[in-house]
Amino acid sequence: MKRVVITGAGTINALGFSVPETLEAMREGRCGIGELEFRDVERLAIRIGGQVKGYEPEERFNRQQLALYDRFTQFTLVAAREAIAQAGLEFSGELAAQAGVILGNSGGGMTTLDENYRSVYEEGKNRVHPFVVPKLMNNAAASHVSMEFNLKGPSFTVSTACASSNHAMAQAFQMVHGGATPVMITGGSESMLCFGGVKAWEGLRVMSKDACRPFSANRNGMVQGEGAGVFVFEELEHARKRGADILAEVAGFAMSSDAADIVMPSKHGAARAMRGALQDARINPEAVGYINAHGTGTAANDKTECAAVADVFGAHADRLMISSTKSMHAHLIGGTGAVELLACIMALRDGVVAPTIGYEEPDPECALDVVPNVAREAKVEVALSNAFAFGGLNAVLALKRFS
Amino acid sequence: MDIKDRVIRIIAEQAVLEPSDVTMDSTLDDLGIDSLGLVESIFAIEEEFDISVPFNANEPQQSEFDISSVASIVEGIRKLVADQS
Repeated sequence: MKRVVITGAGTINALGFSVPETLEAMREGRCGIGELEFRDVERLAIRIGGQVKGYEPEERFNRQQLALYDRFTQFTLVAAREAIAQAGLEFSGELAAQAGVILGNSGGGMTTLDENYRSVYEEGKNRVHPFVVPKLMNNAAASHVSMEFNLKGPSFTVSTACASSNHAMAQAFQMVHGGATPVMITGGSESMLCFGGVKAWEGLRVMSKDACRPFSANRNGMVQGEGAGVFVFEELEHARKRGADILAEVAGFAMSSDAADIVMPSKHGAARAMRGALQDARINPEAVGYINAHGTGTAANDKTECAAVADVFGAHADRLMISSTKSMHAHLIGGTGAVELLACIMALRDGVVAPTIGYEEPDPECALDVVPNVAREAKVEVALSNAFAFGGLNAVLALKRFS
Repeated sequence: MDIKDRVIRIIAEQAVLEPSDVTMDSTLDDLGIDSLGLVESIFAIEEEFDISVPFNANEPQQSEFDISSVASIVEGIRKLVADQS
């Protein structure tokens, strides 16, 4: 089997418009969550989110593009441009024919839906813009990335709620690992921060009105974010031959299904996914130095996740670090695993573990080293990235430091 | 129908029971209503009385709205309805 490495990374999210900006914010433990700004926000009970602010689409896309790109597609392209530029790849000939793009996404063009429903239902209009469908479809982002970069290999979108990106990256990994293609573009994006998007989440009564405080005893729910994370997964020898800078190695992954409840997480499903990822990567649990937690800041997730980590790692659970960067960039749903993979890369490559900010009170049910509030320097050889979705669908990636 | 009967009707419907099977000292647990069922019941109550119930599923015990029994729920709704008028 081929070894798979990451040779490019890109992002835009509430913490920054690029990977360096985002990692700097994570190192400083900066919070990107603030007051939401969009039409009808005053009708919401939940008015905070990890919104991308100060972003000017016109600076990055022309009029024709903007007519076709929902915000989630724009974010994806911004991130893809950064990742592919860093990798230094151009896609032509055989490489273009083999390389594809697999992205995670949950809500699709939610802003496009929201605006157009408003126009036909609230304003009573009987005509919508001709591009509503190509803008809102979940695969729009993957398709536009394929077009902009001439990626003609296997390309599709994976939608598994909060685990979408991890499932997508697992697919991309598998394709490079199995030798089907030397390069895949992968990651995910989300942009649900509009009236209808947040209103829907409000209904479930799991959202916090003030902050995302994962693992803290006084946590009171999740906070929604938006943005994208995109990576270049490349076969090791292909990367070496062209002298590419290698950010980290993707060593393995596993997926599992709880088959239990549509919203409540299961310790067993989470544990099986983590254990499976370690087995797939042929890594001993004791080698894991850092876990980027799913860590949503809900009562249910955090205690279940900590119990699963304790089960999988035994005594080593007390020695490893586990943090939730959702405390900073909020929960990007279908894009969250992609942005969170950046924290794993930072731990492996730069030796800096991103903190769980907003941590105020220890919770005996989350008694692990959650790297509270302040980033930490540490040599990390192996990192896991957890994603446990509504619907009980779990996906865990295992990354190794590349030396 | 007074507030108590209306709340009991909603809870009974959620629990798939007859209203006569729901007593004031029943807990949601007794009635087989889980966390999703609770969130759904609160939604139905809000719609019925046109009120906003302060309830966060992450901290059901700390919520100002006491859900420990049917009686406490009815009491909470009474207060919210009174505050509103």
